[in-house]
Amino acid sequence: MEQQFLPAVYTGFVYPNETVFPWGVLIVVYPYLTGLVAGAFTVSSLYQVFGLRQLRPVAHLALITSLCCMIFVPSPLLLHLGHAERAFNAVFTPHWSSAMAMFGYFAGFYIILLLLETWFVFRPYMVEQATLRKDWLGKVYNIFCLGSHDVSEKALAADKKWIFALAIIGIPSAHGLHGYVGFIFGSLKSREWWSSDLMPLIFLFSAIISGVALLIVIYIVSCKLRRVPVDVACVKGMGYTLWGFVMFTLLLEGVEFGSLTYKGREGIDMILLFVTTRLVIPFFVLQFTIGAVVPILILSFMFWHGTTGRRLVTGILLSALLVLFNVIMMRFNVVIGGQEIAKTGKGLLYFPWEIFGREGVLAAAGVLTAPFVLLSLLVRLLPPWHDEIDPDHATA
Amino acid sequence: MDDRKLLEHKVARRSVLGGLAASLAAGVAATADTLAPKVAQAATAPAEVPSIPGYDWSKHAWAYGVDATKCIGCLRCVEACKAENDVARDPHHFRTWVERYVEIEGEETARIDSQADPVNIAASSSEGTYRFADRYKDEKVHKAFFVPKLCNHCTHPACVQVCPTGATFKTDDGVVVIDHTYCIGCQYCVQACPYGARFFNAELQVTDKCTWCYHRITKGLQPACVEVCPVEARIFGDRNDKNSAISKFIADNRVTVLRPETGNAPNVFYVGLDKEVI
Repeated sequence: MEQQFLPAVYTGFVYPNETVFPWGVLIVVYPYLTGLVAGAFTVSSLYQVFGLRQLRPVAHLALITSLCCMIFVPSPLLLHLGHAERAFNAVFTPHWSSAMAMFGYFAGFYIILLLLETWFVFRPYMVEQATLRKDWLGKVYNIFCLGSHDVSEKALAADKKWIFALAIIGIPSAHGLHGYVGFIFGSLKSREWWSSDLMPLIFLFSAIISGVALLIVIYIVSCKLRRVPVDVACVKGMGYTLWGFVMFTLLLEGVEFGSLTYKGREGIDMILLFVTTRLVIPFFVLQFTIGAVVPILILSFMFWHGTTGRRLVTGILLSALLVLFNVIMMRFNVVIGGQEIAKTGKGLLYFPWEIFGREGVLAAAGVLTAPFVLLSLLVRLLPPWHDEIDPDHATA
Repeated sequence: MDDRKLLEHKVARRSVLGGLAASLAAGVAATADTLAPKVAQAATAPAEVPSIPGYDWSKHAWAYGVDATKCIGCLRCVEACKAENDVARDPHHFRTWVERYVEIEGEETARIDSQADPVNIAASSSEGTYRFADRYKDEKVHKAFFVPKLCNHCTHPACVQVCPTGATFKTDDGVVVIDHTYCIGCQYCVQACPYGARFFNAELQVTDKCTWCYHRITKGLQPACVEVCPVEARIFGDRNDKNSAISKFIADNRVTVLRPETGNAPNVFYVGLDKEVI
């Protein structure tokens, strides 16, 4: 039989079966995508539920970004499964004690919720297009209206109530979905690096910062592509949100790491060896310093200095890009890093990179790109833009 | 529940899936009422129910013992297991393995290796047959011993807890097994096992592990590894039988289990472990 696995190189002593990594880069992409869903939805909710008017220009964009990411969330899992054709076994005959068995329900519920909210938000636009357009696209809009063409004030008020209700239900759903992903890792007692009660919270807050950062990037890039002025107040609002949540995420990660090392349970020697050698670059330099400390410093300086206009937008964009990088490094250091520390507590493994193949880097990159290809198409069908901004807020 | 019922249970479970698919295809809501007759019908279909003559799993409580003081590290057990259970002949997939602990004068911790260590694989000149290389002949060894390892068939198995489909489950006679026709291959159980006892079967694309040779023990035979051990370092038997080898082993010795702090409550009992053993 042809060898269908990549054995890992290791140092020290590892259990013989550990030399094949169970989870690869696809399982890094999975929590990253789920996090973007939860984070983008948070931005949408800040406007829809909490009434942050500043975020109006990105509220609808946030909603469809969340939807596009969510549609592709199951794909890394399906690509990873040995028998993807049996995936529904976990849905139709779930094993109730398994956290993973709940995925189908959480994901299914949340996709329906996102579709419903998106439908209510864009219903007036779809009705308008169905009436105005006489081409095939008009017919498509007509089908999407699902027979609901009433855009009277009363009907729109009812829609608003639905949107508000769905956004409220969506907050615990989105955050529950991602907290649950953290639980998948944190609840395992076999790996000291994962086994932490704080893991769901850390995943949740890193999800929020990744979603906010993604929205900042998508909003600014889309404004440049569409040649419309950027709403500085909106970007500043997102910048403040990012700043606060990044600091809180850092605090949580610090508490978790401090607790792990202070308790110093069995296997801590190997963890410390790992952290102080192999993890120095990916964890301390890339994730912690470049991905979190630098954006906090940039944002702090700009807010303290009162930077405004194009400089502020550029600074916030740069910070957002760094935070997006921070979160993917965090996912990598958790998922892959956790498996690099042997369960024996007496050895370290080297993750064998696979470029091609079903679980390779290219497949993972494809999964990570797909939502944005879909988003670029969807914004043409359902434009989420609010360009009527206060001239004082605009920048060139 | 006997073996027949286990299989019935599996058949019924699949029928739920099949029933749902059929119901969905027909555009009919898949309610419990509509499914129930289908499940019952499938569960009683005689063609689907193999049986193990003379075996009643409710009458057994299997357990395993390892006397590490007796093991000589010959690795016949590892090779027998691979042959008996058709385990991939490479140094990355094992249902059972043997660890060697060597304490050398002047060193604070033991050096540990298994038959899968590259040096040992090089010494055996084959990835399918195993032996421990004589790598410490120039050292001053003051303590050395072997520890056979395998699935612990825990009373509270973390692997079973996390399985999203129930494809891996604990039988009434105390064995943790995997339904290879139902496993989706997510490998969450591989992650959850603190003992490294599970692996991914690349050929079948499902997870795999020791079953204490369930196909043998239900016919009154010993697991292959126990059968071939030349020094009786591996003991297997029924705890319901007070005169069985395992009952006596547990009664006559001060036994311990691996990683009791996990709460998994293993059913592989050890004699002769050292503080270094993980």
